[in-house]
Amino acid sequence: MIELSGIRKAFNQGHDNEYWALDGIDLSIEANKVTALRGPSGSGKTTLLTIVGCLARPTEGRVRLEGEDISGLPERFLTEIRRKRFGFIFQQFNLIKGLSALDNIILPAYPTGRPRREVLDRAEELLAGLKLGHRRHAKVEWLSGGEQQRVAICRALINDPELVIADEPTANLDTHLASEFMGILEGLADQGRTILLTSHDPLVVESDVVQRVIDMRDGKLIHEH
Amino acid sequence: MKLWLAKQRYLIDFTLASLARRKTRNLGLLLVYTVLVFMLASVTLYTHALRQEAARVLAASPEVIVQRMVAGRHDLIPPGYMEKIGRIRGVQKMEGRLWGYYYDAVTKANYTFMVPAENPPAAGEIVVGPALERSRGLAKNNGISFRSYSGKLHTFIVADVLPQASELVSADLVLMSEQNFRAFFDYPAGHYTDIALSVANPQEVRNVAVKLAAALPDARPILRDEVLRTYASIYDWREGIVLALLSAAILAFGILAWEKASGLSAEEKREIGILKAIGWETGDVIKMKFWEGLLISLTAFLVGFVAAYVHVFHFAASLFEPVLKGWAVLYPRFQLTPHIDGLQVATLFFFTVVPYAAAVLVPIWKAAITDPDSVMRS
Repeated sequence: MIELSGIRKAFNQGHDNEYWALDGIDLSIEANKVTALRGPSGSGKTTLLTIVGCLARPTEGRVRLEGEDISGLPERFLTEIRRKRFGFIFQQFNLIKGLSALDNIILPAYPTGRPRREVLDRAEELLAGLKLGHRRHAKVEWLSGGEQQRVAICRALINDPELVIADEPTANLDTHLASEFMGILEGLADQGRTILLTSHDPLVVESDVVQRVIDMRDGKLIHEH
Repeated sequence: MKLWLAKQRYLIDFTLASLARRKTRNLGLLLVYTVLVFMLASVTLYTHALRQEAARVLAASPEVIVQRMVAGRHDLIPPGYMEKIGRIRGVQKMEGRLWGYYYDAVTKANYTFMVPAENPPAAGEIVVGPALERSRGLAKNNGISFRSYSGKLHTFIVADVLPQASELVSADLVLMSEQNFRAFFDYPAGHYTDIALSVANPQEVRNVAVKLAAALPDARPILRDEVLRTYASIYDWREGIVLALLSAAILAFGILAWEKASGLSAEEKREIGILKAIGWETGDVIKMKFWEGLLISLTAFLVGFVAAYVHVFHFAASLFEPVLKGWAVLYPRFQLTPHIDGLQVATLFFFTVVPYAAAVLVPIWKAAITDPDSVMRS
């Protein structure tokens, strides 16, 4: 589904503090599979995720989405790809405070201009699926960590993306909630979605749900299971 | 088009929700903004209405007034002047006028004593202006005494009070008969204060003035247009004074608006990052903030303008009245005719709404073009 070739990513390029976060990544992410990127802090996992998710462009190299080179596309087109094809679950959940769970979930649908009724129905369906229907009108800051993550998952799925990207999804959850998350992840995989996540949590990377684990260090891929 | 409308609706929905989330900040800003628009609109509406009112009242005044000058000071018109003026072509009608100022020690105010051209009061009677009616507590058929400059006491009966509609120029007026006037001020017979001329052809007014100056070198013709211009410049000047005083408030608001609008909080920047990461375009974020700025500034503009309208036309601009209206101790009290000038509204709109919208948009644009991956690193 996504192919990366010769990806390098530099920060502060040309300055004294120039730093190469990714250094020659060749990787193919297969459709309908759960892939995990594993590695210590600073290994380049999150940077790689931002490049796959069209949140950032590589300094060098090509990104192909279903054969089409998207690494050179202007910002507008990348945003459209991100909105239509990817759903994001962030480590800090990144929900907008002051808004209800339901309002947060439907945010990615705003720029699509889809009918409000349709969007709300979809949000209700997702909330019910994750047993969160009773919290729909609660402001997100009143929700527990697990509930906030489920809201973030609903938000990632509102536009029905093919690929779900999750950055350290269990980093802020206890063991019980992390197990619950893996259950949700299994459900998403069963629906045929492609999932790419970063983690160094054994509960995630050693789970049966994850079909492929790629180890990273110093901006390079070092090992694959 | 339908899609575009749906998107705008979503953006406005989100904007309203955003505004509600920062209630205290936005209400504070709205309040200061509204007060500013209110003050500016009050001053401009009021002075504009005053100019209109003065022009309306003066529309019926004579085209030319002739005064006689001695050593650069206004002096009485001696007998024989009228005959000389009568020979100037273009003068349709002329009339010698009698008027003068009287200082009333009781109210510590100056009154204008005058003999009207038509229907003068009967001997021993006067007609007073509304301000005088109020300040001396006069009513019809009351008696009032004035001590003349020669020290003699003169007593008059108030026959009538002038209507309020003309109060802007008649507040301190006392009308009396010619006989009483001459007796009160010891005016010699055949002398007048000045002469009012009617000129049939408006194009001829300047020519008549030139001929007058040639025939009577010590005469000073005053044209109606000049009086109107003087009134207009007096109000312009007063408006300028008030606006100069308000400029400190305007500057303070400018700083506040810039600070509030441009100083995006870390939370707002984070939100912009989130919106971009989940698929909002830079344009969507800017539009959303644009709606936010527009809603605040339009609300402030409308509320401020309506409040100013009510203040000026229903409460007689009580806040600015002493500065803008009075030129005497006796302040006229009158109801202004409501009048709104499109250009004036547009100017006010331009100077209040546009700077705010710009102050909002520039920093948002800066924040909105940042890379969406920043949100992954927070």
